[in-house]
Amino acid sequence: MLDGKGPDAIFRNGLVNQEILLPKCDGCGRYHFFPRVMCPHCHGDAISWHRASGKGRVHTTTVVRRKPERGGDYNVCMVELEEGVRMMSRVDGIAPDGVKIDMAVTAFVADADGTPAVFFKPSEV
Amino acid sequence: MTNNLRGKSAIVGTGHAGFGEAHGFTAYDVMAQSALAALKDAGLRLSDVDGLFCTMMEDSMPALMAAEYLGIQPRFLDGTMTGGSSFVNYLTSATMALEAGLCDVALIVYGSNQRTASGKLVTASRPPAYEAPYNPRYPISAYAMAAARHMHEYGTTREQLADVAVAARAWAQHNPEAFERGPLSREDVLGARMVGDPLTVRDCCLVTDGGGAIVMVRAERAKDFPKPPVYVLGSAAESSHRQISQMQDFTVTAARDSGRRAFAAAGVSPKDIQAVELYDAFTINTILFLEDLGFCAKGDGGAFVEGGRIAPGGVLPVNTNGGGLSCVHPGMYGIFTVIEAARQIRGDAPGLQLDNIDLALAHGNGGVLSSQVTAILGSQNAL
Repeated sequence: MLDGKGPDAIFRNGLVNQEILLPKCDGCGRYHFFPRVMCPHCHGDAISWHRASGKGRVHTTTVVRRKPERGGDYNVCMVELEEGVRMMSRVDGIAPDGVKIDMAVTAFVADADGTPAVFFKPSEV
Repeated sequence: MTNNLRGKSAIVGTGHAGFGEAHGFTAYDVMAQSALAALKDAGLRLSDVDGLFCTMMEDSMPALMAAEYLGIQPRFLDGTMTGGSSFVNYLTSATMALEAGLCDVALIVYGSNQRTASGKLVTASRPPAYEAPYNPRYPISAYAMAAARHMHEYGTTREQLADVAVAARAWAQHNPEAFERGPLSREDVLGARMVGDPLTVRDCCLVTDGGGAIVMVRAERAKDFPKPPVYVLGSAAESSHRQISQMQDFTVTAARDSGRRAFAAAGVSPKDIQAVELYDAFTINTILFLEDLGFCAKGDGGAFVEGGRIAPGGVLPVNTNGGGLSCVHPGMYGIFTVIEAARQIRGDAPGLQLDNIDLALAHGNGGVLSSQVTAILGSQNAL
């Protein structure tokens, strides 16, 4: 169990509270993801955490084809968040092959096999 | 700054074993059979080997396991694991070790029994923590997302992807060592079972058993062996990420940098290359690497491969053994790009032997487009 102080724990604790917190470098002002103790852009180690807007766009997408008896097809995609970072995720609420590159999506937090994770749904137009 | 290793080492033996299905044999058995075949090819014995370069899909210390199995105590050991590119990468470290006198006979070796052991990719890799919740299928989802992005940005089509597989099969049909030699059309590829959109099962490499091995010595003694020496004229590596979610541009790989530096080291350019051996884990790989290595402009890869242009009789011979798509793919394919390039230069390719090959390129890919390693190999004439 994480002690609550490392970057993974800060992110995870955010999700438990239905918040998507992103690490941002105090030095260069850029966000990064996955969470780290240092900035992969400028290598500074002063990091602060900011609530993500939850707005993003699908950068690229695929459908994992799976037999219906094993649960059927599902989407896997990369979403670029408004803050400039990308994360792997899944767009729900739409057919897996209906997810298109550049589609506007909105984040939500849901359970994935017992732990909270970030998912997306198509944004309201 | 370019490096000063041009032509300092040579491949004097190649070997392989267990292509297709190696029933009853372990990965280390196949590794050892490959090593013995390469040493026989070089007229050497295992007791001559004092440098070992090896990684496997099993275990955390596969190089130690391999040395133990072979019954040797190498004084130089490199087990650097960058996925399937590792074995192209070893061309650099073996050349360095040979040149520095850290070893005199370098053996690069790999083996796998993944097909008969499990029927799918065997990997010790664990799903990355920030990808695991979404269950991407490793590694195809990563390559599928690269293909989707390439199609989106450049208008690359599924038909063009399919033509990569069709060309690979056309080469394989001439190669008695190749695992898949039946006819394959564009329609066959497009109509095959979709695995990870936009890739069908025929856009994906084979799952086979197999192993390969390479013996290298310093260039100054390379002519003392039975087979014509194949010189390492340039080799270079670049890595850009490990997890696909960290890839900056899904349409540009680090092959752009590894290729540029390998060509600079060898003092040649893409137009000089007579045979191109690329790690084609998926059809999109061939397109990406042809672009990034400078054989065509970024975005033109689809048109470049279309309609048999990289098949036998086309404009550029690519993956002349049938590649990972049709010849062999035992988990990591990188070593076979080097073996096929070397055999084309030596004149003893198992399939279609091209005429008077003096310069060939071998390119390894590791992880999920993560590690790229390019090597330029040449004959005595190219030295």
